[in-house]
Amino acid sequence: METLSVSGLRKSYGDLAVLAGLTFALRPGECYGLLGPNGAGKTTTLRCALGLTAPDDGTIRLAGLPVPERAREARRRVGIVPQMDNLDPDFTVAENLLVYGRYFGLADAAVSARIPQLLEFAGLAGRADAKINTLSGGMKRRLTLARALVNDPDLLFLDEPTTGLDPQARHLIWERLKQLLQQGKTVLLTTHFMDEAERLCHRLAIMDKGRFIAEGSPREVIAAHIEPEVIEVYGEPGESSAAEWARAEAGQFATRVEITGETAFCYLTESRPLLRHLADRHGLRYLHRPANLEDVFLKLTGRDLRD
Amino acid sequence: MNYFRPPSLSLRFVPVWRRNFLVWRKLAIPSLLGNLADPMIYMLGFGYGLGSLLPEVGGLPYITFIAAGAVCFSTMNAATFEALYSAFSRMQVQRTWDAILNAPMALDDLVLAELVWAASKAALSGAAILAVAAALGLVASPLALWLLPLVFLTGLAFAALGLIVTALAPSYDFFMYYFTLFVTPMTLLSGVFFPVEQLPVALQALSAALPLSHAVRLARPLFSDEVPQGAWLHVAVLVADAVAAFWLALGLARRRLLK
Repeated sequence: METLSVSGLRKSYGDLAVLAGLTFALRPGECYGLLGPNGAGKTTTLRCALGLTAPDDGTIRLAGLPVPERAREARRRVGIVPQMDNLDPDFTVAENLLVYGRYFGLADAAVSARIPQLLEFAGLAGRADAKINTLSGGMKRRLTLARALVNDPDLLFLDEPTTGLDPQARHLIWERLKQLLQQGKTVLLTTHFMDEAERLCHRLAIMDKGRFIAEGSPREVIAAHIEPEVIEVYGEPGESSAAEWARAEAGQFATRVEITGETAFCYLTESRPLLRHLADRHGLRYLHRPANLEDVFLKLTGRDLRD
Repeated sequence: MNYFRPPSLSLRFVPVWRRNFLVWRKLAIPSLLGNLADPMIYMLGFGYGLGSLLPEVGGLPYITFIAAGAVCFSTMNAATFEALYSAFSRMQVQRTWDAILNAPMALDDLVLAELVWAASKAALSGAAILAVAAALGLVASPLALWLLPLVFLTGLAFAALGLIVTALAPSYDFFMYYFTLFVTPMTLLSGVFFPVEQLPVALQALSAALPLSHAVRLARPLFSDEVPQGAWLHVAVLVADAVAAFWLALGLARRRLLK
């Protein structure tokens, strides 16, 4: 089964290179994550992959067809959960699914037969006749996910599917995505929640300024780009300043130290000497933990705000 | 990519048309009322009020004269409002177009659906005014049934023009320019309320270039059991307007949404 493969993808708007030569391919049945700060090019990558914008250079194949030339047909095999909700506010829950199915050329009877099962999956059983504006944010996202499944796609594109949701709603979406992966669907996910990527993605790419700066499984990416352990040291301005401590003393224990305000992040391979040292520093509090994807992300893309 | 390549037309527009129809069905009564109230008030108010002061206008009782104008005016208004405000809501505010473009639909299918939908709604408005006029005994013969295809064609022409404006509009406020600078002057120059022959010669020439004049010149004789003079020329102008404006609107929409 062909999924999505992209090679040498380039796209500029004026002088701004949004995509600067991307190459990647999804393996059937995997969840592949695209991670990056705002403006990294994630959404543009998805738009190119779906044929909604033409790249300046590069080749794309989606579901076995060349894109953008045959993108419209390729989208028959794809389900899409967009970043912004665009359910039809004038329709009920069931009408949203029925009308969307028609865009795929599906007969009303075929879609109607699938609606109970789709609503069950989305945790919206019994809500078929509810109006969209009576649904919570989490319910709308789940309905958008159900809508993306109306054509029983092989491949799912999800653009920041849990942004703006509360933890309960996020966990439910994650649960459903895992079920879809178990059914053998291939998933392309963009997110800037690192815990989401670590939980769901078999492989991921961190992108910034239109290029990949790391790719692999979450463990591989962490192992390749960062020290295995982190001690976060917190202090207060004045007597027990973590920043001053870090500038004067942290270097002898940690491979790398990053300071933001009154927090020092100490990245290290051997944590015991620093832990012993901190045990005697009563003004400083600390947290010792394994390095995670967020550490890699911040190391590679920097701590500056991206607006 | 060449945004202004020819439109590629297919029947895939039908599910999108049906989507708009399903929304309309839920709001049909206020929507119809909104479309009909204005032209009815003009037709009855001017027709009977002003008409009682006038012996004849263009060789007709004024109420009959203005009824033909009101059918065209109502059709133009309905098509314009749908192609501006409603289509803009679906494109920009509700992001309905984004959702549809994620399905196996091309933008060409979507814009064609908006065109045909706005024309359908406009035809319904024009037909409703015609029905009222017929009930008031203002229609001379079944020849007036030709007004039904005419209002659909008029709807296509004005929907296509409206979609150009929508494809360019940054916000709803932009539409005011179109009404103030184009729709309102055109209404006064196209023989809706008084014969074009009353205008200075220069304005008569301008009038001949306006699509609404051609619709009115077809509609008025049909009310009085006459075959319009030069009918094919007027039809050709409306068809050419619809085709050229649709092509341009689609090109602008591609440039806006597929960049």
